[in-house]
Amino acid sequence: MAVVTLTIDGKPVSARAGESVLAAAAEAGIRIPTLCHLDGVSEAAACRLCLVQVEGRGRLQAACVTAAAEGMVVRTQTDTLREYRKMILELLFAEGNHVCAVCVANGNCELQAAAADLGMDHVRYPYLNPVRPVDVSHAQYAVDHNRCILCTRCVRTCDEIEGAHTWDVAGRGTLSHLIADMGQPWGESATCTSCGKCVQSCPTGALFRQGSTVAEMTKDREKLGDLVLARREKKWTV
Amino acid sequence: MDHDELLRIADAERAKAKPNEIRCCTSSGCRASGSADVLKQLKASVAANGLNDTLTAVGVGCPGLCSAGPVVMSHPDGGMFGKVTAEQAKGIVAALSGGATDAQRIDPNQPFFRKQFRVVRATAGQIDPERIESYIAVGGYEGLYQALQKRPDEIVTDVTASGLRGRGGAGYPTGLKWATVEKMPPGQKYVICNGDEGDPGAFMDRSVMEDAPHQVLEGMAIAAYAVGANQGFIYVRAEYPLAIERLQAAITQATKAGLLGANIFQTPFEFKVEIRIGAGAFVCGEETALIASVQGLRGTPRPRPPYPAESGLWDRPTLINNVETFATIPAISRNGAAWFAAIGTDRSKGTKIFSLTGKVKNAGLVEVPMGTTLRAVVEELGGGTADGKAVKAVQTGGPSGGCIPASLLDTPIDYESLGKIGSIMGSGGMIVMDDTDRMPEVARFFMEFCADESCGKCVPCRVGTVQLHGLLTKLVERKATRHDLDTLVELCQLVRDTSLCGLGQSAPNPVLSTIRYFAAEYEALLQPEEFARPPRASVIPLSVV
Ligand SMILES: Cc1cc2nc3c(=O)[nH]c(=O)nc-3n(C[C@H](O)[C@H](O)[C@H](O)COP(=O)(O)O)c2cc1C
Ligand code: SF4
Ligand code: SF4
Ligand code: SF4
Ligand code: FES
Ligand code: FES
Repeated sequence: MAVVTLTIDGKPVSARAGESVLAAAAEAGIRIPTLCHLDGVSEAAACRLCLVQVEGRGRLQAACVTAAAEGMVVRTQTDTLREYRKMILELLFAEGNHVCAVCVANGNCELQAAAADLGMDHVRYPYLNPVRPVDVSHAQYAVDHNRCILCTRCVRTCDEIEGAHTWDVAGRGTLSHLIADMGQPWGESATCTSCGKCVQSCPTGALFRQGSTVAEMTKDREKLGDLVLARREKKWTV
Repeated sequence: MDHDELLRIADAERAKAKPNEIRCCTSSGCRASGSADVLKQLKASVAANGLNDTLTAVGVGCPGLCSAGPVVMSHPDGGMFGKVTAEQAKGIVAALSGGATDAQRIDPNQPFFRKQFRVVRATAGQIDPERIESYIAVGGYEGLYQALQKRPDEIVTDVTASGLRGRGGAGYPTGLKWATVEKMPPGQKYVICNGDEGDPGAFMDRSVMEDAPHQVLEGMAIAAYAVGANQGFIYVRAEYPLAIERLQAAITQATKAGLLGANIFQTPFEFKVEIRIGAGAFVCGEETALIASVQGLRGTPRPRPPYPAESGLWDRPTLINNVETFATIPAISRNGAAWFAAIGTDRSKGTKIFSLTGKVKNAGLVEVPMGTTLRAVVEELGGGTADGKAVKAVQTGGPSGGCIPASLLDTPIDYESLGKIGSIMGSGGMIVMDDTDRMPEVARFFMEFCADESCGKCVPCRVGTVQLHGLLTKLVERKATRHDLDTLVELCQLVRDTSLCGLGQSAPNPVLSTIRYFAAEYEALLQPEEFARPPRASVIPLSVV
């Protein structure tokens, strides 16, 4: 297997050919913030939180979709990147309706954690305060669109791991929203198998188990990646 | 179909031509002002006057001066009439034999026509776009025949040597793109013609598809042969019904004539073309979103690499070029790379079509050699502003471009020069503004467009454009402070540097370029900090539940 060596934040790192900068960094213990990336499913490159600087490339590169290459020099922590990441998070907080204090995912939310990690201490843009519905039609789960950041992790998980493709996105721009099947209530979806994988994949409190109350909704995201690996390697016990 | 047959069709068509022709523009612009009726009346008058032996009335493509439509021309004497009504048709026919007409005459020797150099639009206004014979009679499909006499890689070399760059906006070297697809291992490959044309104010590609549909097909066929593709798609927005109709008719005619399909010009080369109709989303002009849309998926861009040249439609190598790019190819094939490379500037070869709109006297389509100055286009061809006011700025490149102040009108039109002054060539929209146009409002207009058209996939563009629009609204409503202006600029940088596709990356251009050149207009709108705090009630809208 071909191996390449690159430099990330001054540290020499090795990577398998074709592996992403994000994966190479993770193996070397360098954490790059992400939201739309999820181990086990394809990349969307949509949240733009993982942007890094690559020497010799004019534009910032999304680490999740940039292949590690021989001799590449990557910087993941610069003033500009830190500022941009903070601004992106602020845009997300201003876009939906996030009231962490009463959220099922409080304390277990990747969006909230990213904000804390990156030192986002205020939002400089006016809140858009959209009017968005909550769908509790499903017997076991619910989706609160107010907390959805449109990362499409649930869409990809449902499509690629469960194979049901219940979820998709409809609408354009800030009117984009998640839909089940052709836009019916989740509980009436003909394709949903109630496996709950989307709920596990969701980084925020948008998808949750019914009956969860504030801060109760913990998620097991590793399971999804493990499941994919087990299927690929045909190894079901550790 | 073989070469002799092509020549026979051309000869027969030329032999059929009457000594005189009266030509009526039937393209979208003139059609909207009633040219279909005018043509009907012209035909009736020719018959009524017993002139059928010496004169024919025909529908032709757009001669370019759309603001004077419906336009009627007489051939070969070069007479030209504008704003023709159906009632005036009889008089125009009579005028050909010395009678009188009250129809308004247009000077065919004015700079608008004289200073153009037409390569892509060479036949527009002269041939009937709805008949393949009409195109063949002026040398149509000769370029394809010539190309098929060469090896595919020789054609790629020719296109590279011609210096042609993509007319879809970014100016990527066409030969390089073709070479990449050509070098991919043989197997299923595709050619896509991008006719989405979503920029507000732009209608160059529409006119090329309407006026010269066969030229587009010919260009695509040459490309397909060069890169080894056997299937093409033309992606056109549903708002272009006439373009779709004429392209469809052209495909049917070309297939029937054996110029599309199998064994073209008795070679093993095979090529089919289908039309795909888009629902009119600006982002579907972006190549990866367009490919998704052709596949029946949601039209959102995906990160590149892989580029479509490597993995495009159904993950196969795909050549995607703009309408105008393809329509340039037949002329290069016929006249040679050196001929084309001699037109234009050092790094921007050939000609470019612009749709000249806004406060300009002669609005319409102009094709000029690269390197022509903006001033020549706006003042000489365009005739300056309609009411003689001073030109204040010219916007090029639509929502992805910038505003160029009058002081820089001597800038030559080429990819690098326009980029240097903060705008882009774009696909060819050119909007002229005078001092009644306020730049922050222009910037707000384009930002509203981008926020509406953002596909919603990536955060900076989806939310950033909405916030930018909010800030610009606050500004034009005189509620913004210097702090807001700083936030505006900061956010522009974020959206430019972090968005996933060209839509978001270029959306801040109209704002940044107007701030660069018209800062005083922004400054004049600012409020002192202490008066700017909005009353509490408006911070939390009542609609919040
Ligand atoms: C938001 C966006 C819209 C675009 N719209 C168009 C379009 O309407 N027509 C077009 O030819 N290219 C458009 N492009 C450029 C295409 O992605 C692509 O680069 C082009 O079709 C390539 O053709 P060319 O090399 O002949 O220019 C657009 C790009 C972006 C980012
Ligand atoms: S989803 Fe996360 S950020 Fe949003 S309210 Fe819940 S905990 Fe807070
Ligand atoms: S519901 Fe959750 S996983 Fe799905 S798009 Fe929204 S935030 Fe992402
Ligand atoms: S930049 Fe805008 S249009 Fe392009 S992918 Fe992002 S949201 Fe979609
Ligand atoms: S994790 Fe790379 S863009 Fe979201
Ligand atoms: S459409 Fe008739 S002159 Fe342009």
